[in-house]
Formats: sequence, C-alpha cells, structure tokens
Amino acid sequence: MSASGMKGYLRSDGRKGIRNVVAVAYLVECAHHVSRLIVQKSGADDVHLIGFPGCYPNKYSLEMMERLCTHPNVGAVLLVSLGCEGFNREHLRKVILASGRPVQLLVIQQSGGTTRTLNAGLDIVRRMRAELATQVPVPMALNELVVGTVCGGSDGTSGITANPAVGRCFDWLIENDAACIFEETGELIGCERIMASRAITPALGAEIEACVEKAANYYRIMGYGSFAPGNAEGGLTTLEEKSMGAYSKSGSSPISGLIKPGDVPPRGGLYLLDVVPDGEPRFGFPNISDNAEIVELIACGSHLILFTTGRGSVVGSAISPVIKVCANPDTYDRMADDMDVNAGRILHGAELDDVGREIFDLVQSVAGGALSKSEALGHQEFILTYKQFEPIGPACLPAA
Amino acid sequence: MTQGGGQISARDANGKLPPLLLLHPDDNIVVARRDIIAGERVELDGESFVIPAAVELGHKLARRALEADARVLKYGAPIGSMKVAVARGEHVHLHNLRSDYIPSTSRELGPSTNTDHDGHR
Repeated sequence: MSASGMKGYLRSDGRKGIRNVVAVAYLVECAHHVSRLIVQKSGADDVHLIGFPGCYPNKYSLEMMERLCTHPNVGAVLLVSLGCEGFNREHLRKVILASGRPVQLLVIQQSGGTTRTLNAGLDIVRRMRAELATQVPVPMALNELVVGTVCGGSDGTSGITANPAVGRCFDWLIENDAACIFEETGELIGCERIMASRAITPALGAEIEACVEKAANYYRIMGYGSFAPGNAEGGLTTLEEKSMGAYSKSGSSPISGLIKPGDVPPRGGLYLLDVVPDGEPRFGFPNISDNAEIVELIACGSHLILFTTGRGSVVGSAISPVIKVCANPDTYDRMADDMDVNAGRILHGAELDDVGREIFDLVQSVAGGALSKSEALGHQEFILTYKQFEPIGPACLPAA
Repeated sequence: MTQGGGQISARDANGKLPPLLLLHPDDNIVVARRDIIAGERVELDGESFVIPAAVELGHKLARRALEADARVLKYGAPIGSMKVAVARGEHVHLHNLRSDYIPSTSRELGPSTNTDHDGHR
C-alpha cells in the first residue's frame, strides 16, 4: 500500500499540512460576530472561524488555541480580541509568530469598533491568502499523517459496520506508520480491561484502566453517561454496549500511548486520547457535543477525522476535513448527500474489508486535496470550552 | 471481541442474508439486520420460530430465554443485566435491560431509567 497523490504544506516544525487554511480566531465571545463577518465576507472556503468564548483565563483553552493556530493545516492566523478579556493574546501571537506563520492581531476596542475592525480584517485576510497561494505543496507519505476518529449518533449498526470498518482502515494506516487516535474514554466504559491488554507496556495498560475509571466517576457525578436518547432509538440500550461498538473503531493494533488534548503523537501507531478532565468536576460535561471532541483530536495534530454515524450526523469541522462513514443503510439512503462512505452496505452483504479499503483509499485522496462531503457543503463547526488537565504521566508514552 | 465481516455477509442455504445477526458465539442476544415485523418466521440456531413483536434494524432480541439478572453478552462482552426474565425472540432494550455502569437516559425521564436506583455496579 503506497500513498497515492498525498501532498502537504511543509511547516517549520517538520509537519506537513493537507490544507492551507487562514484561521480567524476570536478570543472571547464578544469578538465572535466581528470574526464571523470577516470570514463570511472574505468569501473564501479556506478562511475558517475558530475561537474561545470565555472571558476568564484558562490554561487548557490557551494551550488548545496554541495547538490549533500552529496546526499543520493552518497557514496563517488572524486573532480578533475585544480588548478587555482575560485571554493572553500576546502570548498566543508570539507562539504563532515563532512557528513561522503570518499572524496579525486586531483589538476591536483599539481598531475603532465593528466596521473598522471588519475592514482591517478583510484586508489582512486578503493579503494572507495571497501569500499562502504562493506556497507549493510537497509530496507527503502515510507515515507523516495523523488521523483521528470519533463517532456521533451511534446506533445498533455502528459497532457492526462503520466502526469495525474504520478499525480495519486504522490497522492499515498503522502498518504504514501513520499515527491514529481514538478517543472519548467516557464512551469506552466497559472496555477498559480488553483495551488495557492491548497496551505495549503493562504500565500503560494500568494508565488506560485508570483513565476509564476517571471517566466513569466523572460521568456518574454529572448524572448522565455519554448516551443520548437517539442511541436508544437506534437500538442501543446501555453505555457499555455503546462502548463496545465504539471501541471497534480502534482496530486491532497494539496501543502505543495515552495522550491528552494537545499532545501530538511522537511517532506512528495507535493512541488513545483521554478527553475527560482531571481533578474534581469543575466546568461541566467533559465534551458537550461531538465537535468538542473533534477539536481536541485536531489539537493533537489530526490532519483529518473519520466520523462514524448511525443515526446520521452532518457536521464537519474547521481546520481539518471530516470524512463521514455511515453505519446504517437506511440512514445512508435518507442522508446520502452528507455521507462519504456507505458502511451500512455490510448489512446487505458487502465485505467489511472492502469497506475498510474504501475508507483507506478515501483518507489518501482527501489528504491529496479532494474535498470530503462535509467540507464541500461548507461545514466548519467549531467549539471550545473550559477544561482542566494535568500533564500525562511518564508511563503514558513508552519509548518505541 | 470480534466483529467479522465474514459472519455478517454469510448467507443461508437459500443464498439469503439471515435477518438475525449473531455477532459472537458466546452471545445470548442477536441483532436485527433489518426491520422485522411481528409474526415473521425466522431461523435461529437451526430452529424456526415466530417473532412476537416488531423489531427495528439494529435492535436486539433474546437468542434464548433469559432469567432476571442474567448478564447479557454482545460481541462476546457483557453489556448489562436483565431486569426481568424474557423468552426467546423477545425485544431486549431499555424496558428489560439495565446498565451495570451508568444509567441510560431518555428525553422524557432524564437519567436512571434503566439501572438500579443507586447507579452502581
């Protein structure tokens, strides 16, 4: 299996981006509308809106914005601040500058309000896009690729069709030394022992079990497991049943590490992303919706996301393309325009390996520049909220 | 655990895809491959019987009679315990299966619809 037509924009840290996006980032909700106007009026699909709504400073959100603004798919960044919020805008600007990317900061209170900031922003974005247009992508190999996976709107078909098909794709990507990330330990409750047995060291296995226990405790305090009414309508009954289905996205490779949001896998292999905050529950649900998980996968360097759905989700993301793998053949018939892969055909007699192969090929063509369905439809959802994490322990990333 | 495309795409003696999927040999539930109507006659474990009530695609049915508190196995792994006994072919879902971890939720009732009241294992 060789990479066919993959290419990337080489960044100063050695990573390559499969897109060359101008990110417009609001640093508080009060700067959201002005930022959105800049993105909308730029009229360009490669100008993406990201941001953080809170006025209070938070280490996690600052680090996430650093990772996102220096993500390999991002070529340049315009930061938009109101002026009085707690976000450390100068620190973020310096981090982006140090990465070699063009970066500009607009402070609405200093620029003179909505219209003046909008006009200044449009001018900056126009110049940034012109600069990025001169960059030439270079060939990119599978061992330079980071792929994340998430499920949303799971049903009774997810664990039989789409999730194991993504698992096959993951196995092949990892055979080619790509880094693959699966996540949401709250949706792996019940799988902790099987999962720990796949860790490359016993100490990593113990860390994996501990992080699932943390997730179970966290969700118990919240009063809700990661289980939506639609999951039940689609035939799933219990959280651990949903977990077993979700778990199959990970394929059968050994687990090389346990990472937290913003940690970039150091080499190829399979990684579990622990998305449940550390310490006493403080800011509410770990991830309030699917896009919060996608944003964290992207902050870990994911170039693209494999999103499996049974009930049918339409979301995409800012920064990284989202590929939709539909588990349920009836959902596919209803929502085919939003779905890249009909994994539900496995229920009609198709082979799992053939669907896995289709996903594997699609990963490479989307990495080569082809638009995913959600991307072509303009889906660029983004959400980032308050969280807190401790750094990962020494056992979480054993030496290869 | 295993989910075999081989098992799922396996056809019966008549070249048809059986409506009930057995995902793992240890399982005591099967999954509906498609919507099944009440009264439909199906084959399971070499026996023919009638499905008592309609079941939608992706939902579970008892592979054999299950006692109250029986551990339910899917993909060869436990996915909860029966709240009440059911007969073979009955729909296994929120009304008779509870989580051994955290209760599932519905829009009407909020949490604690399918677990013991304390929510513990």
